Formats: sequence, C-alpha cells, structure tokens
Amino acid sequence: MAAALPLAVLLLLLLGPVGGGHAEPPRDTLREELVITPLPSGDVAATFQFRTRWDSDLQREEGERITLEKDNCHLLVSHYRLFPKALGQLISKYSLRELHLSFTQGFWRTRYWGPPFLQAPSGAELWVWFQDTVTDVDKSWKELSNVLSGIFCASLNFIDSTNTVTPTASFKPLGLANGTDHSFLRYAVLPREVVCTENLTPWKKLLPCSSKAGLSVLLKADRLFHTSYHSQAVHIRPVCRNTRCTSISWELRQTLSVVYDAFVTGQGKKDWSLFRMFSRTLTEPCPLASESRVYVDITSYHQDNETLEVSPPPTTTYQDVTLGTLKTYAVYDLLDTAVINNSRNLNLQLKWKSPPATGALNRGLVFAEAPPVPFLYAQRYVSGYGLHNGELNTLLYNTHPYRAFPVLVLDTVPWYLRLYVHTLTITAKGKENKPSYVHYQPAQDRLQPHLLEMLIQLPPNSATKVSIQFERALLKWTEYTPDPNHGFYVSPSVLSALVPSVVAAKPVDWEESPLFKSLYPVSDSSSYFVRLYTEPLLVNLPTPDFSMPYNVICLTCTVVAVCYGSFYNLLTRTFHIEEPSTGGLAKWLANLIRRARGVPPL
Amino acid sequence: MVAAFSFSKGLTTLSGLLLLSFGSLAASQIEDQAEQFFRSGHTNNWAVLVCTSRFWFNYRHVANTLSVYRSVKRLGIPDSHIVLMLADDMACNPRNPKPATVFSHKNMELNVYGDDVEVDYRSYEVTVENFLRVLTGRIPPSTPRSKRLLSDDRSNILIYMTGHGGNGFLKFQDSEEITNIELADAFEQMWQKRRYNELLFIIDTCQGASMYERFYSPNIMALASSQVGEDSLSHQPDPAIGVHLMDRYTFYVLEFLEEINPASQTNMNDLFQVCPRSLCVSTPGHRTDLFQRDPKNVLITDFFGSVRKVEITTETISLQPDLEIMESRDKKDWMDEELMEPLQYAEQLPVAQIIHQKPKLKDWHPPGGFILGLWALIIMVFFKTYGIKHMKFIF
Repeated sequence: MAAALPLAVLLLLLLGPVGGGHAEPPRDTLREELVITPLPSGDVAATFQFRTRWDSDLQREEGERITLEKDNCHLLVSHYRLFPKALGQLISKYSLRELHLSFTQGFWRTRYWGPPFLQAPSGAELWVWFQDTVTDVDKSWKELSNVLSGIFCASLNFIDSTNTVTPTASFKPLGLANGTDHSFLRYAVLPREVVCTENLTPWKKLLPCSSKAGLSVLLKADRLFHTSYHSQAVHIRPVCRNTRCTSISWELRQTLSVVYDAFVTGQGKKDWSLFRMFSRTLTEPCPLASESRVYVDITSYHQDNETLEVSPPPTTTYQDVTLGTLKTYAVYDLLDTAVINNSRNLNLQLKWKSPPATGALNRGLVFAEAPPVPFLYAQRYVSGYGLHNGELNTLLYNTHPYRAFPVLVLDTVPWYLRLYVHTLTITAKGKENKPSYVHYQPAQDRLQPHLLEMLIQLPPNSATKVSIQFERALLKWTEYTPDPNHGFYVSPSVLSALVPSVVAAKPVDWEESPLFKSLYPVSDSSSYFVRLYTEPLLVNLPTPDFSMPYNVICLTCTVVAVCYGSFYNLLTRTFHIEEPSTGGLAKWLANLIRRARGVPPL
Repeated sequence: MVAAFSFSKGLTTLSGLLLLSFGSLAASQIEDQAEQFFRSGHTNNWAVLVCTSRFWFNYRHVANTLSVYRSVKRLGIPDSHIVLMLADDMACNPRNPKPATVFSHKNMELNVYGDDVEVDYRSYEVTVENFLRVLTGRIPPSTPRSKRLLSDDRSNILIYMTGHGGNGFLKFQDSEEITNIELADAFEQMWQKRRYNELLFIIDTCQGASMYERFYSPNIMALASSQVGEDSLSHQPDPAIGVHLMDRYTFYVLEFLEEINPASQTNMNDLFQVCPRSLCVSTPGHRTDLFQRDPKNVLITDFFGSVRKVEITTETISLQPDLEIMESRDKKDWMDEELMEPLQYAEQLPVAQIIHQKPKLKDWHPPGGFILGLWALIIMVFFKTYGIKHMKFIF
C-alpha cells in the first residue's frame, strides 16, 4: 500500500503530460505557386514554390520531454501528414535550426535577366544553422551531409573540412532567431556536382502531391533540364505562426527555378505558353493544397513598344513592389472553378503584341531601348598565364546614379590555390576603396580552405574591382581526380547586399501575400536584400605525367635485364661440346626419295 | 455369368487401379507445385549495377547499365534493393543534344534513363574501394541506406559490370583497375559472411571471360560477353548524338529481357544462347560449375525479378477524415499567445553590427612541436654562450 502510492504518483507523472500535450497531431498546410516572368532578353523564367507550414514546435516539446523520458525524443512526433518524414526526422535528430540545400545547373545572368528571386550557385550548396544545444557541430555536419547525400542521390558526402567554412557575417538566419552565434553555422559548396533527373526524382517525392496533381504535374525532367538555368532547392526554417509571432511553425519551402532560352527552346520566337515550356498543361489543383496559384509578370518594359498579352485573360491582377520595382502580376487561382473550365485544361499563353505602325524594328530580339539594368551585378574571372601564378578578380558593378550601398563579399578558395593576402587590392573609380570589415582565415594544407569576408561600400555608378594573386600548389599524385585535365573548380563568391529600391515597399504579411514576397525577411522598406553568386571558376593545376610509374618500371626492368643480365651470363655461362644428331626419320625419308630420284644421299 | 462377374470385377479393379494412378499423379503434381514454390530458396533480390567508364565517348557503357537497371526495375526489384553506380553523367552532360535522356536504340527510340531513376554512386564515387566495400559490407557507419547492400543469406544478387577491360582486369574511370583475383576474393568474403544465397555475375567488357576464371566460392553463375583474346564490340552509333549507343551483347540481352514478364518461366539456358557469334562477333561465355542447381531449372526472374509475397484481400476499409484537428487548433493558439513574448526575424545585413564585430580570439595553447624545439634551442645556446650564472637575472 505504501509502495503503491509513490508508484501511482509516478505513473500519473508519466501519463499526465502524455495525455495533455499531444492528443492531436499538429496541423500542416500546403501552398503552391508558380511565377512566370518574361525576361528582358526574350527568355522566360518560371519559379515554382511549394511551401508546407507545420504548426509544431519541435524544440519546446523536446525540452519538456527530456526531463521525463530521455530516450523518446525522436519518437515524439510520429504522425507526418504533409511535411515529409525524412526531413522531419532530420530536424529532430541533428537539432537543426535552418537547412538550405540547393542543386543548380547553369548560371543566372543578373546583368541581362534582372535580379533573381532566389539565386543559387552552380553545383550543390548546403548551409545549415544548428541549435545552441549541439555540442559537436562538425560531427553533426558530417553526418548530416552523408544522410542528405542518400536522400537526394548526390555526392554530398564529399563535403568535409576541406570545403566547409564558417562565415562570420554572411548567411544570417532567414527564419526566427534569438541570437546569431556564427559558430553554429556551416557552409559548403560543391561546384563540380552535376544535377540531373536522379536529383529531381527524390525532390519530387517530397512534395505532398508528388507529380500527380497541381503544379507539380508540370515538372517533367526532359523539359526542365533543357534550360539555361535550373535550380532546385529545399529550405527549412522556423517562421512565425501568426502576426503576433508568439509561437513557431516549421516551414519547408521547395523551390525550383528554370529559365527557358529563347533560341534553344523557343526557336527564336518570343511567344511562350505552358505547353511549350513544360510539354504539359495544368489540369487540377493539388487536393491537399490550401492555395494553388499561377502569377504571370505582365509589367511591360517598353521594349519595341510591344505589350504583353496573356490568354486566357486573368480574373484578378496583383500589383506590388517586388525586388525594388513596382510590378503587376496576372493571377490565376487554380482553386477557383472559373479558371479551370470545362475542358479541365489550363494552358497559359504569353504573346507579344506590337502596335501596327512599326515594322522593321520588330525583327527578332533587337531592342529599341535598352532593358533596365539591375543596380547590382557582378562578374568574376581568373587572369594570368602559366601554371604557376594567377590572379582572381571580382568586378562589382553599382549602376545606381547617386546612391552607394554596402556589399558583403564571401570568398572561399580551396587550399591548393595559395592566396597572397598582401596583394589584395580593392579599387573603385581609380582610387583605393578600403573595406569597413575584413575577416581572413588562411588555409591549412589538406585541412581547410581560405575564407575571405569583406564589407565593401560600392560608390554610385562605378565598377569596383577586388583582386588577389595566388600561386598553384602541386598535389600528391593520388589526390588528383580521374580527369585532372578538366581543371579544378573554385566556388563562386557570395555577395549579400541591401540594394536600394526604386519604390518603397509596404510591410509584408507572410500569410496573405504571395510566396515570392516572403523569401527574405524584410526590415527596411527603402532597400531590399539580395544574395547574388558569381560564376564558378575553373583553374588548371600543374598535373604530373600519370604514366611515369609505368615508365619507370619498364625502364628499370630493362636496365636491370640488360646490365645485370649480361654480367650474370658472362660469369655463369659455360660451354659444352654437343654431338651432332644423325638426323633420324626425316633424313631417312629424304634419302629414300633421293635414291628414287637418282640424286646422291645427304 | 461368371464371365460377367469377372468382367465387372476386372472393371472395378481396373477403375480402382486407374483411380489410384490418378490419385498418385495428382499427389505428385501437388508435390511438384509445392517443390516449385520453394525451388530457389531465396526470399529477396538485390542488384548491383556498375558502369566504370568516364568521358562522353563511353556513352554506351552508361546506356548498358541503365538498360539492365530498367529491366530489373520493370521486373520488380525496387530502388531500395538496387545499388546503381555510374561513373559519369551522360544524361545531363553538356554534349548531350537531348538533356535528361540516354538512348539505347538509334533514332532515339528507347530512353533508358526515364523519369524515375535513382543513382546511388555517381561520378567520382565509383572507385574500386567503394565497389568492394559495397560488396563486402565493410562500409563507414555514416553511409546512408540507399548506398548499402543489405543482403542476407537468402538473397539472390545480380551483379552487372561494364566498361573497358583486359585479360584479368577491369578499368575503373581510367585511373585504377580491379583484378579478377580481387573480385574472386570479394565474392569469397561475401560467401563467408553469408551475404548471398545465389549470385549471378554478368560482365560486358573486352576479354570478359577472364574476370570469372578465378571464382572459387559456391553458388556463383557467371556470364561474359567475350572470351579471352576477343574484344566486345559496340552496336550502333547515332548520328545525332555522335557516339555509339550500346554494346552488342547488352543490346541483345536487353531485347531478350524486354520479352520477360514477372511471371515468365524462361530459364538460364535461354540467356546463355542470347547472342550467338553471328550477331555479337565475339563469343559470349558462361560458367556454371560453381552453381549447385542445373541452369535449366533456374528462372530468369530468380535474379532479374523480385520475390513478392502478396496476399490479396477483398474486404473494404473506409478511412474517416480527421475532424479533431480543425477544432483544437484555435484553442492551442490562444493558449500559446499568453505564454511567450514575440519573436523576431534576424536582420540579414546588419552593417553597424558587422563593422563593430570583434574577432573571436581562439583559445591560447602553449606552443608545441617545431616552435617549442626552436625556442629550446635558442635558450640552450644563450646559456651555453653566456654561462649559467645569468639565470639569476631571470628568476
């Protein structure tokens, strides 16, 4: 009786929170969106976004449970509906705060296409913020990259200390954060990574409607990879659950951006339609989605005085400040039954209509007026000759007529290009431009790469050149890849900037506005945040002659055989006299024939 | 009367005998069926498909491997039981005029890459070491599941390799080789660890028969596209793509496999006849002395297909929508609002904060190694030169 009482209390303690805290599974919602943007150069960009918001607070629940049942932290959330289980288990197992993984093929040409919604560097990029509770960040990082390589069929297991860096000022968290200690951040890029259907297949399988209904019907690999730029990404971050922001929800965004080339896919014509881009049309919204919309950018740029016409005509339009300029979008809501009509087929068509007066100027893609140039764009290249030295140059262009703005440049250079930091020069308009913040972490051979972070103020209407000289190292012969003459990649520079906007933006309500407005949290309405990447660079390292071991073996064996062999024979060879043989059967037969012929015998 | 009686008696005995014989026949038929069900003794199927060549002109090796992958998937082996290793990417190669496709027939008739492909080992990961680790199971602990061969002693494994080879070796990615002795030892390790029930090894390279000469573990059947001293030839080039699309042996094997369905009863003897010398130019070979069963009793689907134990039920189960979630959501939000203070998003480029950031000081460690030795040398030389009495100025 006396023993039963504390036992009953213990039982109650164990069962109490279990009963009260999790009677029902947390709720999740899906919103899907497609934005079609005709680009100034005649190409068209399509950006898909699938956002699953899961109203569950994984960390707080873990904190409650740890006091009672230490082992069952992972089994806490066992009911997954729209949020994929593979990613949900990752968040709880590795104590992630944010995860951003992207696979990109091609390069976003900011100069000709305008600023992107969300750019990603060529190859694979992974950056992760861990929770404060993680004790060994490097070990978790290594295990996480291995698990992700299995989920996405990519060689992310090549991420190790030689290409991982810890940025000190870039890559601030994109979600809710109550402290930014950069020792919990890790960033790595694999520029050599190839993106193909085997990466798209598991990405599609994470979507709640897979590729069966809604906007994901358009995701067919043979059309998506026939593009100038293909980028697919997974972003996981904690967001506000409501406008008062008192509780956390987990947000999973899967984004896919493609740019169709006017010449390759469009055969020179500027008219686009969903069928021409994706070889599919939209039939129905995803039944699990609470919102399923298509936005078409109908802001005209006054090129050749042509105007853009979309058919079928949109029911509503949406006008707002996006990336600093005022843009108008035609909205097609797939959940609205008037949009998908009786034929259950929605094929949006974009046509450029020229006014009847002009004639000769409309040929092809010749512009009468130049398309608007973005305020910030960059270019990177390697200069120098030979296989010993070289110079890395980054050109940052600020085309704003009177405003200067700061840019944070993050450079990660592999250890085998030995940078000479004393040759780092930053010049703008002929004068030296001193950065207000510089962080340099030198490389250690075979252990870590160079990390260079600088905050540079770009003067208005100028091109700033950042250059640094380097020397190429000779690798050990087993460290070369099987195709060393292809070259070695240098990861792209990351530019994070607050670019001044032409029109001031209104504050954004994340739930009501379209998904492309809430990619970055906005604090200041007079400028917008953008993260650009430069091109990856290809550098040749001095390669040894890989056939030399074989040559050496042949040569050595020949020398040994000829020299030593001759001496050996000279010293040990003896001569014997041999009795000649009598001939045998062949000679007897030959003599027989000779006697028959009458010729003297042998 | 007696005759009639004896006639009827004879009739009954005859009918009795007939019944008995029918009964025994029926019984033996049932026995045969039962035996057939348990014939092979395997409960799961695995496939390890390896393409070892890099560079665009070796397009045909990737197409070979992908066509075997396609057949094996079609006949029932799921992606989780297939380890696909492709040493280079042909589908999204910049030189491919039709991205995301790999064709096996000219005029682009059959796209073996498909829309649902999962490659486990890509590009630089296809090395001799990784291949042997997959086979023997000695894999680093952080390797994901899709990259492991989790077979047991009741698994039938199909191993297909293609690439450039020679007498006794197979070249991996133009930089290393695997020899037939290493391969035989790997299979012996698999046998000793009971990692397979039966193994079918197919190789499509030049002088392929040399690779199976050294096997010595039981229950292995091997096929090769050419004998020692012969080259395996490629099939047909496509003028639009510009390279040869498939190798002859695998081309005819693919044609043969396209006619197999999961229920077919075709046996291994038909596979041995697949590519005669007139079509293949080289002489395909096979080795069955290590295999315990007779090849004519081995079904193609024992290795290329997958065993399924499926029970079909006709009762219907109706799923109810979950109404509880909708009601409790509002309650929970109201509860939370009173507990926590509002959270904020981080500022993306806090210029003032960055400029005034202090660099993090690393923990100071006492010098070691070279620096320590150098300082010790300097101090020793100093005291030798000036004498020990100067120590008092220090302490």
